[in-house]
Amino acid sequence: MRALRVPLNALRAAIEFVGGMGYLFLDTLGAVRPGLLGHKGRRLGWANVWAQMVRVGVRAIPIVALVLFCIGAILSFQMVPILRNYGIQSQIADIIAIAVCREIGPLVAAIVLTGFAGASIAAEIGTMVVSEEIEALEAMAIPPVRFLVLPRFFATVVMTICLTVVGDLVGMGGGLVVSASALGINPDLYMSRTFDMLQLKDFLTGLVKAGVFGGIISLLACYLGLAVTGGAQGVGRATTRTVVLTIVMLIFVDLLFTTTFYVLDL
Amino acid sequence: MSSPAIQVQHVSKSFGGHAVLDDVDLDVLDGETLVILGGSGSGKSTLLRLMMGNQRPDRGKVRALGRDLTAMTQRELADYRKSIGVLFQGGALFNSMTVADNVALPLREHTDLAEETLRIVVKIKLELVGLREHADKMPAQLSGGMKKRAALARAIALDPRILFYDEPSAGLDPYTSAEIDQLISDLNRKLGVTSVVVTHEMDSAFRIASRMALLDRGRFVFSGTPAEIRESADPLVRQFVFALPEGPLTERRRAGGYEVDLLNGAI
Repeated sequence: MRALRVPLNALRAAIEFVGGMGYLFLDTLGAVRPGLLGHKGRRLGWANVWAQMVRVGVRAIPIVALVLFCIGAILSFQMVPILRNYGIQSQIADIIAIAVCREIGPLVAAIVLTGFAGASIAAEIGTMVVSEEIEALEAMAIPPVRFLVLPRFFATVVMTICLTVVGDLVGMGGGLVVSASALGINPDLYMSRTFDMLQLKDFLTGLVKAGVFGGIISLLACYLGLAVTGGAQGVGRATTRTVVLTIVMLIFVDLLFTTTFYVLDL
Repeated sequence: MSSPAIQVQHVSKSFGGHAVLDDVDLDVLDGETLVILGGSGSGKSTLLRLMMGNQRPDRGKVRALGRDLTAMTQRELADYRKSIGVLFQGGALFNSMTVADNVALPLREHTDLAEETLRIVVKIKLELVGLREHADKMPAQLSGGMKKRAALARAIALDPRILFYDEPSAGLDPYTSAEIDQLISDLNRKLGVTSVVVTHEMDSAFRIASRMALLDRGRFVFSGTPAEIRESADPLVRQFVFALPEGPLTERRRAGGYEVDLLNGAI
């Protein structure tokens, strides 16, 4: 029996975690209607969502751009010599377009946002728990999910998608700059190959992923923030756990998506 | 004899196998200021949260304003919460909003007041706590006492029938604490609300209480007027009220099995 206790406890914790996240997700969806259509004072103020979007995303734009530019450049340097062996070096444009739009763009944007948005949301909400602000909301009959989680969820989903679009463009740009300037590939050819190869679905599946990633980042951060116990130390712990768990979860969900898209031939 | 605003009946609550409240009964009468006294870990904060509807008891009933809190749906509970106000220990103001916006928040959420009317109501509430000229400050710019007063203005925004105070003098210097106590008494008189105050500060308790109840290890050991508690012969009550260094409370701590602990440690 004792040998079973550790795995059983771990299983229970995992079920609790998944259940809690699921509950928070449903609660957030349930808050959408009153948040958009409800009584004036309860409506999700655009000023509020905008403030969250600025805080979540705007400062992350240069970082996402820088990282994806570098990744585009790295991919060129790594792939062009191999492709050249087969005499198909101009196909670097296809590879970068597909890899960045379908995979690297959404994933990198989400990981950068985990640091920007996830950590700060978890710390902010955790601090609010410690200073009894969440309890005060409840005592005033204001649902914390509608008041705090919904605007952050919405802002993070939208900003992850926006950042992915920026990242996709800059990533392909990075590939173009390096291929043309250092690897002797005709930039016009690169451009035309990119536009020929890249289908709308490549771009869109990336954006769908990005939206889901944004949801994961904000919900995990809110969930772990709301679950804070034990003062400043608890806030620190929640912030660390948010970043680590989110990154693991993002990559796992990415795998699920890619598998699904592969099976469905999307 | 006024009717009770809150009735706590045979309530028990435990956390992780540890009984925090053990078969507690309490009536809070309409319009009175009841001070619940007790040391750390006596269960007074838990009792407060049960009366606010933020927690549910394991056993027993909590009736407030004539209705059973323990049998309420979320929606009914939300309605109940619109008729109570709570002053939290640290004030629990929202740091990203001005003082005026903090006070306006419950009004924006739960009323249809036009923005101009709302501003007038906020001014009235802030004037009641003496903070009208600080309306546009952020909470971080306020002192501890001012934060409490701003939080109190927010708590009375919806004209509650019951006000709960969690350690109102915690973290305040003696004269600011006295000022807050004065404010609590004034509001109670002006607004005619029922007040429940949880504290362990006797000076503060004597200043505001119309009745006092002493909670010890999850049970009430005394309930009566401030005069009665002063005259109580019960050694435990006397030790708490007069802050005596010797008595049953310290005795209990000392009898915590020190010898056994030492001997066990030696083996």
